[in-house]
Amino acid sequence: MGSETLGQDKMLVIVDYDMGNVRSVAKAFDILGVKTLISRSPEEIKKADWLVLPGVGAFGDGINNLKKFGLIEVLTTEVLKNKKPFLGICLGLQLLARDSQEFGQQRGLGWLPASVKPFQFKDRSLKVPHVGWNQIKFKESCPLFTGLKQETTFYFVHSYYLDCDSPELAAASCDYGGEFTAAVWQNNIFATQFHPEKSQLYGLKLLQNFINWQPTSV
Amino acid sequence: MIIKRIIPCLLLKDGRCVKGVNFKNHRDVGHPVTNAKVYDAQGADELIFLDITASTEGREILIEMVKAMADECFMPLTVGGGIRTIADIHKLLRAGADKVCVNTAVVENPEFITEAAQKFGKQCVVVSIDYKKNNQGQNEVYTRSGSKATGLEPIAWAEKVWELGAGEILLTNIDKEGARTGYDFEVLKRVADLVDIPVIANGGVGSLEDLKIAIEDCGASAAALASILHFTDQSVIKARNYLITQGVQVRTEANFI
Repeated sequence: MGSETLGQDKMLVIVDYDMGNVRSVAKAFDILGVKTLISRSPEEIKKADWLVLPGVGAFGDGINNLKKFGLIEVLTTEVLKNKKPFLGICLGLQLLARDSQEFGQQRGLGWLPASVKPFQFKDRSLKVPHVGWNQIKFKESCPLFTGLKQETTFYFVHSYYLDCDSPELAAASCDYGGEFTAAVWQNNIFATQFHPEKSQLYGLKLLQNFINWQPTSV
Repeated sequence: MIIKRIIPCLLLKDGRCVKGVNFKNHRDVGHPVTNAKVYDAQGADELIFLDITASTEGREILIEMVKAMADECFMPLTVGGGIRTIADIHKLLRAGADKVCVNTAVVENPEFITEAAQKFGKQCVVVSIDYKKNNQGQNEVYTRSGSKATGLEPIAWAEKVWELGAGEILLTNIDKEGARTGYDFEVLKRVADLVDIPVIANGGVGSLEDLKIAIEDCGASAAALASILHFTDQSVIKARNYLITQGVQVRTEANFI
């Protein structure tokens, strides 16, 4: 763990765009000793050292709320231009895609070359939504998974998945009626389809890894 | 891979956890947050938390309890009881719930399921179906904690809520609830075969074998349990270890938490 990573003056901002469970995410970082702020203020987002975009809910509402609260520009600047460490969780991963097929075709933030698609299975024992704990396989090189064992289980709850243009983008995969993207990593952008804040100790470990990550360590 | 879930179910009444038999004769079984922490420490896969008070005062207690639980437990939390509006759901999700469980409101207005699913994603909407034998000896769906008959037949109603966009079904036979004689396996299997969404078996676990039958033979995606945890020496850990020995796919690593 970097000695100054948890410096008192550093602040993690959880972007509050009115899409679900920000509180649990904040509490998880609190437990790790990270100072957090739940906010939708562009000024506070600019000052953040880390940005987390959580989210539960429908894709269209998510994008519309980001627009409504005037957050798209500031997030794009801080993440793509200023390269702040960013973690998307669940809907916060899907919104990074170019587009989604949820309730009709919709455009996403377009930060990642990927599309959001619905699970569709012929095997009726594969229920949708995919709810519950499932094992992931991750790339050992991805710093999010440092110290975790392959096939660790995390908590998923989703009906749509991220279909990456190139498998290179996926940092972890999960098998549910076939492989799908469980996590992505591109430069300073990390995102998980599962909920680390709901995945007990292993989830907290992953969040700690996110905090420990530094651009120079790439 | 499909990992089956073990889900303790807590009932809240006047700020305390209670448990009864057939939705009646409730006994105090402790403080909600204390119970939730124990289940979290035992590696429960989720927690269902249902408020059976359904008063205005009770609503505020529920919100505060959800906040307190979410502050201390890093596991998924499904919360229900008295949810009537989109605003109610919104409040609970902000307090720390991951999913909500609806019953009375959707019987009175089935479109509420679709509305909630479009707003929060269907994975967020668990529809609770409580049923028992009526005077004619037929299974009938009841609302308001088992006090109001609806004229609905549970299997047909399950199909309907699935079509309307429910994300999961919590299926409870009131006649079995708290009786510890096993789930209603027959109806459970018929519902699980019928719908493409996960079905959570609830009401009546008397032995750990009931969990296995619900999952392996009836197709339940998850098994909820309560009395057996409150009133016997069984625990989430023992339940999981039993299912592992029976070859049921559960989360083995939770034992190492």
